[in-house]
Amino acid sequence: MSTTTTAISPAAKPGRWQRFLDSDLWFSFTHSPTAIIAAAIALVCVTCALFANWIAPHNPFDLATLDLMDARLPPAWEEGGSSKYVFGTDDQGRDILSALMYGSRISLFVGLASVALSMLIGVGLGLLSGFIGGAVDGFIMRVCDVMLSFPSILVALLIDGVGRALFPNAHESLAFSVLVIAIALTGWVQYARTVRGSTMVERNKEYVQAARVIGVAPLRVMFRHVLPNVLGPVLVLATIQIAGAIITEATLSFLGVGVPPTSPSLGTLIRIGQDFLFSGEWWITIFPGLMLVLIALSVNLLGDWLRDALNPRLR
Amino acid sequence: MLAFVLRRLIQAVVVMLTVAFIAFMLFQYVGDPVTNLLGQDATPEQRQQLRADLGLDASFAVQFARFVGNAVRGEFGLSLRQGRKVSSLIVERFPATIELALSAAVIALAVGIPLGVYTALRRGRFGSQVFMTLSLLGVSLPTFLIGILLILVFAVLLKLLPSFGRGEVVMLGGWSTGWLTIDGWKHLVLPAITLAVFQLALIMRLVRAEMLEVLRTDYIKFARARGISDHAVYFGHALKNTLVPVITITGLQLGALIAFAIITETVFQWPGMGLLFIQAVQFADIPVMAAYLCLIALIFVLINLFVDLLYFAVDPRLRIERPATAH
Repeated sequence: MSTTTTAISPAAKPGRWQRFLDSDLWFSFTHSPTAIIAAAIALVCVTCALFANWIAPHNPFDLATLDLMDARLPPAWEEGGSSKYVFGTDDQGRDILSALMYGSRISLFVGLASVALSMLIGVGLGLLSGFIGGAVDGFIMRVCDVMLSFPSILVALLIDGVGRALFPNAHESLAFSVLVIAIALTGWVQYARTVRGSTMVERNKEYVQAARVIGVAPLRVMFRHVLPNVLGPVLVLATIQIAGAIITEATLSFLGVGVPPTSPSLGTLIRIGQDFLFSGEWWITIFPGLMLVLIALSVNLLGDWLRDALNPRLR
Repeated sequence: MLAFVLRRLIQAVVVMLTVAFIAFMLFQYVGDPVTNLLGQDATPEQRQQLRADLGLDASFAVQFARFVGNAVRGEFGLSLRQGRKVSSLIVERFPATIELALSAAVIALAVGIPLGVYTALRRGRFGSQVFMTLSLLGVSLPTFLIGILLILVFAVLLKLLPSFGRGEVVMLGGWSTGWLTIDGWKHLVLPAITLAVFQLALIMRLVRAEMLEVLRTDYIKFARARGISDHAVYFGHALKNTLVPVITITGLQLGALIAFAIITETVFQWPGMGLLFIQAVQFADIPVMAAYLCLIALIFVLINLFVDLLYFAVDPRLRIERPATAH
């Protein structure tokens, strides 16, 4: 079998995968130890979060398996710890390690969903702003200015508070949507500004004019011709914003206005654990905190690497 | 200069009106004050009567104008949760937040600027590498986690410092201050550091970057060639020129400090405006939310305005009259 493949492959057109392995991006990735380590950590976290149902040693939300006799056990390596619960248990006897896995799933979900939404809004408005210009551009940019003059956490809190006031007896899924929207509405400004800037440059290039001259509809020019050329920086921004969104979510949940308490994210776990700090049960709050930092830091480092790798001036 | 100031002022007023409009919309469409006051089982006549009494039957524009008029006088009605006047609640909480934010700003500047200069001058040495790594950590650690770690180390393990509340405060007129008692200082240490860490790291990285930039310029080389001592070159020439962006950022970050105090105040149960606001968000207490929003916006707008004007004082290049064409 190996002989046939080697005989054919030089003649065949390189596949997508092969092209990816030959690309500058992959080369720069394999030559950056930081990027590899960060990617490995992020991969482990994501895998744990995605497959929490199968990997987690216990199900922290299955009340039938909880045993109050196991409550507040320290981590396995501390005196009194049990090897059954590696990172110890909380006040209700829930396994911290499993709660971490389920919790990071919620954190990652909210983070990714809100970044996707804010990217959609931001890229859309940025394209519109840069492509049309005039009053539309002026209006969108003034909105951006006002948004930027307030810290994002404040805006998110406000939207969250309004959402709560509008739907006082919100269902759980609605609470998630409000949270995702609140975080997304604070993040879109960056995309809008970036995309607007590059759209204004692209708009005057010859290929766009050529497309216009042969009668391509403006919307099609915007999405098929300009959009692909302005997406590079957006990708970098999105990576960095994922870390930011995860931290914002954790902060809101920590403040008690984030995800519903029935499905605790990392921030909720930290909030719950803070009460037990004074009685010496540090592991209930420190491990979720570590997990949060690990995720945020690894995603941030990946973003930094991606920014440098995609920046032609640094090659 | 005058045109610039006027334009800035108009911009500030527009922003404030926008924020007031948002706050007004909150009052108007979120939660019904009539139901809140009369309860669910009032007769339609009673409702109508109250609507007229409260002026809710006036036109939209009139109501908005009335709202702005009240807001200017600091009148935001009663808190839905506590049943007290929002203005007095805010006045009570205001000093705590301001003292916390100012202390944090002082820490951030007093530590951040020297560290920035140090890491720029000793670039690549071991010490500055350590500080740079630490600053990276300071930027990426969420505020509440820093607070929890500080509590764990200094309050729980070492039992050195208290971890919640303001401690003993002294009333000076209507202003409660913790700066005059030892107990107040002790209570201030951990929250102030928590709030300062992020800004400190930011200022340090900014000063370092600016300093490296300035040290490369010709006038620094020229100053050295004239035989001026290193000390005078670094602090007399270089540092002075790095301070313009530092002032801007610090000014803008002072607003951010007040906003981020929400988190710090929650961690340390610090009785400031942030704690008030977060409770308002939890219980959908619209009047408190609206008042806090307007106040924060006002602080932000004033700081922005002040920073812009300070620019003129610090940077002589801006004071030169430009030709009329270069608008």
